[in-house]
Parts: sequence; C-alpha cells; structure tokens
Amino acid sequence: MMNSFADRFSTTGPIAELRKAQANVEDDQFSDAAWGSEAGFGSLAKGVPAFTVPNVPDPSAFLRLHTDDHADPNCRIKIQHGTTTLAFRFQGGVIVAVDSRATAGSYVASGTVKKVIEINPYLLGTMAGGAADCQFWETYLGMHCRLHELRQRERISVSAASKYLSNLVYSYKGMGLSMGTMICGWDKTGPAVFYVDSDGTRLKGDLFSVGSGSTFAYGVLDQGYRWDLTDEEAQELGRRSIYAAGHRDAFSGNTCNLYHVKEDGWRFIGNYDISQMHYEGPTGTGTGYGYDLRVEGRTSANPPPAAAAA
Amino acid sequence: METSFAITGKGYIIVAADTTAARSIVKMKTDEDKIKTLSPHLLMAYSGEPGDTIQFAEYIERNIRLYQIRNNYPLRPPAAASWIRRSLAESLRSRKPYAVNLLLGGYDTTTYTPHLYWVDYLGTMTEVPFGAHGYGSYFALSLLDRYHDPEASLEEGIVTLKRCIDEVAKRLVVTPGKYKVKVVDKDGIREIEL
Repeated sequence: MMNSFADRFSTTGPIAELRKAQANVEDDQFSDAAWGSEAGFGSLAKGVPAFTVPNVPDPSAFLRLHTDDHADPNCRIKIQHGTTTLAFRFQGGVIVAVDSRATAGSYVASGTVKKVIEINPYLLGTMAGGAADCQFWETYLGMHCRLHELRQRERISVSAASKYLSNLVYSYKGMGLSMGTMICGWDKTGPAVFYVDSDGTRLKGDLFSVGSGSTFAYGVLDQGYRWDLTDEEAQELGRRSIYAAGHRDAFSGNTCNLYHVKEDGWRFIGNYDISQMHYEGPTGTGTGYGYDLRVEGRTSANPPPAAAAA
Repeated sequence: METSFAITGKGYIIVAADTTAARSIVKMKTDEDKIKTLSPHLLMAYSGEPGDTIQFAEYIERNIRLYQIRNNYPLRPPAAASWIRRSLAESLRSRKPYAVNLLLGGYDTTTYTPHLYWVDYLGTMTEVPFGAHGYGSYFALSLLDRYHDPEASLEEGIVTLKRCIDEVAKRLVVTPGKYKVKVVDKDGIREIEL
C-alpha cells in the first residue's frame, strides 16, 4: 500500500521511467474514449479532449471544499480564507505584523507565506483574502507608484496609492476579486495606514486588523495601544497580538512577520515562530506568552491561615 | 448579541451576562437577569435558544434546591456541574434538545477553592480559569489570555472584566447594552454595580 503510494509520486526507479516514456508517446490531453476509430472525425483523431480530475470517489465534491462556489457560483476559485494581519500608527511610525499560514479548507497548505507585500521602499501592503489577487494587484500598484514618481518627480502619498488601488478593485466589483489589505507607509504627512478591500471600501485610520483572526488580535491590540508607545513597545504589541490570533484562531498561525515603517522607509524586524513565542517568548530566552506559563504556580484557592497550615 | 463572561480570582468568581432579551431585530427587554443563583455558593449564567434557556435554568434551579432539601447540604460545585452537564447531554439525545450554553461559577467552601465550568449545548464541559460565550468571546478570550490573573483581588478582577466589556463595546457591531454582574466567594453571592 505504502509502496504503491510512493511509486506513484517518485521521480526515479523503473515505474517512474515507464511513466515518463508513456508521457512521451501519448498525448494525455486526450482520453482513450475514441481509441481505434476516427469514424470520419478527422479533427478529433486523437479522441475527445478531457480534463484531469482528482483521484477521489467524488471529484467535484472534493474540489468544492477548495472553492468559493457556495458563496458565488460565478466565481469558482479562491483559497486563503484564514489569516491575521494588523497595522497601526504610533508616535514612532507604523507597525505591520502578519501571520504566515495559508489554508485551503481544513488543510494547512503552507506555513511560510509572505503576507506583507513590499510595494516599494516606503510602502507596504498586507495580504488577506485571495493571495493571488493581493500579490498581483499590489505589485501592479507598485508599478504605478513608480510611474507617478517619474512623472511627478515626487514620491506618491500613501493616501494616493491606496486610492489608486481602491479605484482599481472597485472597477472589478462583482467579478470575484477578494482582498482585504492595509496600505501602510510614510509620506510628507507622516506615518499613514489605509484599509482597502475588494468591496471598494477605503478607510484612513490609526489601527486596523484584517482576517479571521482579527477579533483575537484586536482584543490584545486595543487594550495595549497608545499613541506614545516606544518603538520596542510597539513592536512587542504587534508581535503579541499576532501570537494571540495564532493561538486562538485555527486558520492563523505558524510564524509572525514584523515590519516597522519610519521616515526613511520600512525595515523588516524579524520572523517569529508562534509556538516558540508560546513556550519561550519571541527571543527564545524569556518566559513564553502562553497562559499556563504566565500563571504557573498561581492559584485561586484562598484557604484561611489555619486551614492552610493543616 | 448575547454575551457572557466569567473570571476566577483569589477566592472568588465573577460572572457577568448582558441583560438584553432580543427577538428578531427588536430588543424586547433591557434588564433581564440571565444569571441564576442555584445554591448559596453557586451561580449559573445561561444563554442560547429563547424559551429553552429559561425552561432549562428553572429545571436545574429546582432540582439543585430539591437535593439540598432532601440531604440537608448543597452539592459542591464539581458535583453540581457534573449533574447539570449530564442533564444537557441526555437532553441532546432526546427529540427536542435544550440549546443552552452555560457558565457555572461556584465556591467550594470545603476546599476554599473557586471553580468555574464552561459548558456548551452539546454537553461539552471543561473547567477553566476564565470563560465566555457568544460573540463577545472572540474578543475577550485573547484579552484574558493576556491579562487574567488567578490571584487577582476582587478590585483587579473587576478591572479585567471591564476591559472585556469595553473591548466588546468598542468592536462588536451589535453591542449588548448593560451587564448584570454577580460575585461568589466564601461569604456567598452578591450582585455588584460596575
């Protein structure tokens, strides 16, 4: 059983060699349905074109687990539902923190996704919703920011860049784009954060969190947030909030990527393993963030002194 | 939307539940008490399907009372929680199960220990240092992971509870208006104003 499974995917050995040879001889775009008879259909000499389907009892049901079919039958592909991303503005600039998990249904497809898109040295975009949509359109946004720079001899403002993206996705409204993103950076006006989503919403603000884990991140973020946070405190708050979401939300986790935007552009602060933060803290030396570690040895019992002694 | 919280501290448990009774999009009542006193040292916050909640809570309330009358002593919190869970679990396999979620907070006077149980309508029960039901839990649990202290004084516990309530008020679209807050400790049960 295990052997046949291994054979199926191996790239060396006799069975793989045979498979490669067969691939050279046959054209696997065509099924064997009409083998042996051209029956006057010269244009279909090699049979009828056929799709490759997943090797499971009900392929369409299997694929439906990985699409947005149920939400909108016209737009059939989409993955990357669960995510936690956050960004906030403070005295020392902008903090951007995200998790790194990609899920397809209940399957953890990747744990090393880059959800911060480096648009240019002064602009960052975050990724939630459709990974491809965010990645493509934010890279595309970067192109237009460069053109703006060349034409106007001046860097584009965060406001203008986010509006460009917002107008762009709005023009595709109803066609299945799915993105929830924060455009963050530093311009003439100072640090700036804009929330832009595929509905066409664009909001200016101090603090945003997007994705399935956002509620958990907000719980920690809101309570710890102040404008006059120091750089270290702000970075710690971003990291701690992503940890909270990674811990509580099944669709977020693995690692946290942390960025800090200042007057001279963004800087990548680090990649932090969420399990390591749970058990050992972000540096791997201090106490972990985990509740059990934090309250170790503490008890709610309050026996009176006499009973405690007994 | 219905939200309830409970937090343990040094020698006490705080149980808080919102006070709105809603039907469809209408608030029918804004001062409903959804925390029942089951015994001198046991509180139960209940939420879920309207109708089921009150029926189930009153059934539990009276049977816990009956036990006390028959035996001249109350069930201790772990025993009461087990019996309540079992009642829910048996109901789950009936033709019309009770859809009720509970937070059971009790102070065990024999061991001087506060106990908090999180119970859902499927009969899942777990003892926790803090718990929450409803949409509020999505904001409060991560916050409590960060701020809860099992040795907090009552004043500190109330500050932490206020953090939860404020956070839910800040972020949840349909915010519960007021909360009823009750405390159980060695001296029994009392209601407190925030």
